[in-house]
Amino acid sequence: MSEAIYIVDGARTPFLKARGGPGPFSAADLATACGTQLLARQPFAPNALDQVILGCASPAPDEANIARVVALRMGCGHRMPAWTTQRNCASGLQAIDSACAEIRLGRADLMLAGGVDALSRTPLLFSDAFVRWLADWRAERSLRARLRLLRRLRLRDLAPEPALLRGLTDPVIGQMMGQTAENLAARFGISRDEMDTWALRSHARAAAAREAGQFDEIVPLIGPDGRLYAADDGVRADSTPADLARLKPFFDRKYGNVTAGNSSQVTDGAAWLVLASERAVERHGLCPRARIVDCAWAALDPAEMGLGPVHACAPLLARNDLNGADIGLWEINEAFAAQVIACLRAWEDEDYCREEFGMDCGTGAPPIGRINIDGGAIALGHPVGATGPRIVLHLAAAMRREAVARGIATLCVGGGQGGAMLLEAVE
Amino acid sequence: MSSPWGAHMRVERDWEGVAWLMLDRAGERVNSLSAAMLEEFDRVIGELEEDPPNGLVIASAKEAGFVPGADIDELEAIDSAAAARALAERGSKLFERIARLPFPTVALIRGHCLGGGLELALACTYRVVVDEPATRLGLPEVQLGIVPAWGGIRRLPALVGPPVALDLLLTGRRVSARRARKLGLADVCVAPRVMENAARRVVMSGRQCRHLPMRELLMATVLRRLVASRARARLAVRVRREHYPAPYAILDIWARHGGDASAVPDADPASLATLACSDTAHNLLRVFRLRERLQRLGLEAGGEPLQRVHVVGAGTMGGDIAALCADRGFDVTLQDERVEAIAAAIGRAVVGWRQRHRDDESAVRAARDRLVPDPEGHGIAHADLIIEAIAEDLDAKRTLFSRIEAAACTDAVLATNTSSLSIEAIARGMAKPRRLIGMHFFNPVARMPLVEVVSPRGAGRAAHSRALAFVHALGKLPLPVASAPGFLVNAALAPYLFEALRCVEDGIPPATIDEAMCAWGMQIGPVELVDRIGLDVALAAGRGLGLDPVPAQLAEHVEAGRLGAKSGQGYYRWKDGRAQAGAAPGAAPGLAGRLVAPLVAAAREALSRGVVADADLADAGMIFGAGFPPFTGGPLHSEARRQLTETEPETEDQEDVFP
Repeated sequence: MSEAIYIVDGARTPFLKARGGPGPFSAADLATACGTQLLARQPFAPNALDQVILGCASPAPDEANIARVVALRMGCGHRMPAWTTQRNCASGLQAIDSACAEIRLGRADLMLAGGVDALSRTPLLFSDAFVRWLADWRAERSLRARLRLLRRLRLRDLAPEPALLRGLTDPVIGQMMGQTAENLAARFGISRDEMDTWALRSHARAAAAREAGQFDEIVPLIGPDGRLYAADDGVRADSTPADLARLKPFFDRKYGNVTAGNSSQVTDGAAWLVLASERAVERHGLCPRARIVDCAWAALDPAEMGLGPVHACAPLLARNDLNGADIGLWEINEAFAAQVIACLRAWEDEDYCREEFGMDCGTGAPPIGRINIDGGAIALGHPVGATGPRIVLHLAAAMRREAVARGIATLCVGGGQGGAMLLEAVE
Repeated sequence: MSSPWGAHMRVERDWEGVAWLMLDRAGERVNSLSAAMLEEFDRVIGELEEDPPNGLVIASAKEAGFVPGADIDELEAIDSAAAARALAERGSKLFERIARLPFPTVALIRGHCLGGGLELALACTYRVVVDEPATRLGLPEVQLGIVPAWGGIRRLPALVGPPVALDLLLTGRRVSARRARKLGLADVCVAPRVMENAARRVVMSGRQCRHLPMRELLMATVLRRLVASRARARLAVRVRREHYPAPYAILDIWARHGGDASAVPDADPASLATLACSDTAHNLLRVFRLRERLQRLGLEAGGEPLQRVHVVGAGTMGGDIAALCADRGFDVTLQDERVEAIAAAIGRAVVGWRQRHRDDESAVRAARDRLVPDPEGHGIAHADLIIEAIAEDLDAKRTLFSRIEAAACTDAVLATNTSSLSIEAIARGMAKPRRLIGMHFFNPVARMPLVEVVSPRGAGRAAHSRALAFVHALGKLPLPVASAPGFLVNAALAPYLFEALRCVEDGIPPATIDEAMCAWGMQIGPVELVDRIGLDVALAAGRGLGLDPVPAQLAEHVEAGRLGAKSGQGYYRWKDGRAQAGAAPGAAPGLAGRLVAPLVAAAREALSRGVVADADLADAGMIFGAGFPPFTGGPLHSEARRQLTETEPETEDQEDVFP
């Protein structure tokens, strides 16, 4: 890797929990509000960027190529190339990786890369049956034919379908994401209690970190009504094991263990990073916070997509002649508590590693105390596209705080993939 | 084939036999309709009558717009009834001739279409408007103290119905292209890319002209007098006939003379002759010229243009200034140590933008995107202009500006919005104190047209020019003033307000004082104004200006926490944002004279101390900054005229007009 790539700054919005209806901000609103505040504090003008790349899993119909929409709204000017990446949960991590690639290829020096999603604004869809019926209705002109069509219409066809549920269902294997987590729980024997304990830990860590002022990457959001959103609103400092135990399983309704309480929260949010080459750092007098060393991608059985981090980290470490013990801090996205625990079990499982990779996993799982030290998506939320940039940005901050030389941010990706990014501290 | 070429317009015929008449007044940026232009217009129409095209499109060759109205110089030159009549007939005869052409006509309207310009468009068979922000249609004659004399009073109500027409005629309000289409003033509203094709298609369409619905048809015919008297009653709430006769004249002309301004006998108070020769019209024209002068100050100031603006302080003033800047296309960072204050300011801003842009959410969104919350003040380092609008605390401002100076670019303009502190005192802690200028906005920012641009002695020219140009870009009128306590406006306004408060102490009821001043021409009475400003603010300002002794009651009220509108009780009790004044008991003869005298004296004092460069600027400041009645022409102008007339024994007692 010839060209050094630096994270020089970054910001994210508070993550706002979806509460039934559409939230106060569209995805483009979130990314714009976050980006304008981030750009306002840079020593360079917004139009000095080379490109803007934004990951988004579910842009609204009026947000086609949302990166360009946001770049224009942020005042980057008509001449700012911008493009959108989609890799489900890794859409934002893909944006960062793509920005790194542009810099590494020498095609760019200064990039804005990030991710966004407003899951509360995913639309309600007409059922396929009703859409077909409407097409027939438009095609038929005669009164008799239309009367016949009316008789064919069934009430149940009119029921809308949340696009979010469809998006969170693997279209190839027909399983919901939460069901793939149940698969892992079954395979590695993870109990409901273990899941809930992890969830409690996530909330407790996040609440403590907030108390200690460790989320200074958050910039405020202000609604059109003048309402201020200054902090993530899903963190519960006061939830108890009993509270979590009361929740009903959501995905395998009767006999499952994965609940809304031990899954990541459905939220709206955006996060951006400013990435710069050595040249750009010098030219604009930027202050590097961390170096992005490498990024690895891997794929696996969609029914076990939650093990994506295990699969992505193996080549990442091997490529860089590192083993698990060299990594001082980990951000492993908490799509589901069961899925994170499964990753830890898999890392410890010699058989699994030999079976999957034909080799030893090295030093086993990282110590729990080094993972998600300021909480994860179970407490903070998982606005799909924004998660990659959030964990990379927070990892960089946490590495400085803990004076750690290397860190990995990794996540599992719906559809059966994993992504992992290796950061290195800068003096 | 192309026919007559003249100095001010040209005619070309296209392949469909449609004639395109392009207005292009020689030697001017805009097509104001001068006598020479109308004469040539008349000749061109004559030629078209002889060799009729299939249709006629009237459009403008000017970048700036269609037609901004009649030539103001010629209006100004009217000095006799005969001159007024000649001017009226020149246009009305031509437009009547256009209306009677044997082929269809269309006005293709892009940019301003005002006064005589709209009357021309109304004489056409159809109107096509181009959907652009600059497109504005209206009949603003009333704002100059005269009436539309070229057929507008007759044609507008017939086209859009009396309610809409009277609203436009009596207020001088301008409407956008889309609104014009909605009101029926325009037949179609199109994007600029298809405007020529649209004009050609519409003129050849043979489409029926709009018919008024039955209700409005009745209002325009048999119920006309009733509608007019109703409108007159509503008008009386807003303006008085003795101050502003023109809107009343418009109603008379419409109701009693069939909308034909030329049909009014010269002696009638509603005649153009009477109006155009009146003091009111002269004074309003003067105000128009003063406005132009201030606009030119901004337009011609030059200097490096500004793009990034940083505002410190998200209170009422700071928040509203930031909102205005963002709306006018500047990139704004808004700083306040309390992020809640920034949020509240943005909430207020959105309400204001929604009102201004009506249904255009994308304009609101764009303004919102440009207004960036910046609690930590990162924006200082990159701003071209930094405006401070924190509380009036000298030490706090000094500390702030030494911090700002250290962080800002060396060529950034640094400005304070202080109204009562000395700029030099604020700048004392700075390394280069001469960098600091004043930019004094008035409350409410969105509505007050004036901004005082204060340059202390020795301040850089560049910063001053950039500030003037910036204020102009905000759509405000910049008034250059020297640094002095209260600058111009507050220094002249405060003695007037304090005199009113002394009258209260003399036992005159506040309602009587306010009623007397409104009758004199003020939009708002002085006691109510003090309540609105805030008694604490007024007291501090008065002390800052050295207006001793301050009225004792004022100090008592402030002591007791009765601060005016904001606390619910001041000189009046306030409910739902309104003063509970009640009826004004008794009258107070000579009161207006007593109150205005200190204002005039203070304005003259400011002039003599060089706070403003000349008397016209002092008048402009008081009219646009303090709401001094425009029909008077300004405090110094009216004072001078009063002295002039007082020496002529035959003039009747001026007590009522200007005591």
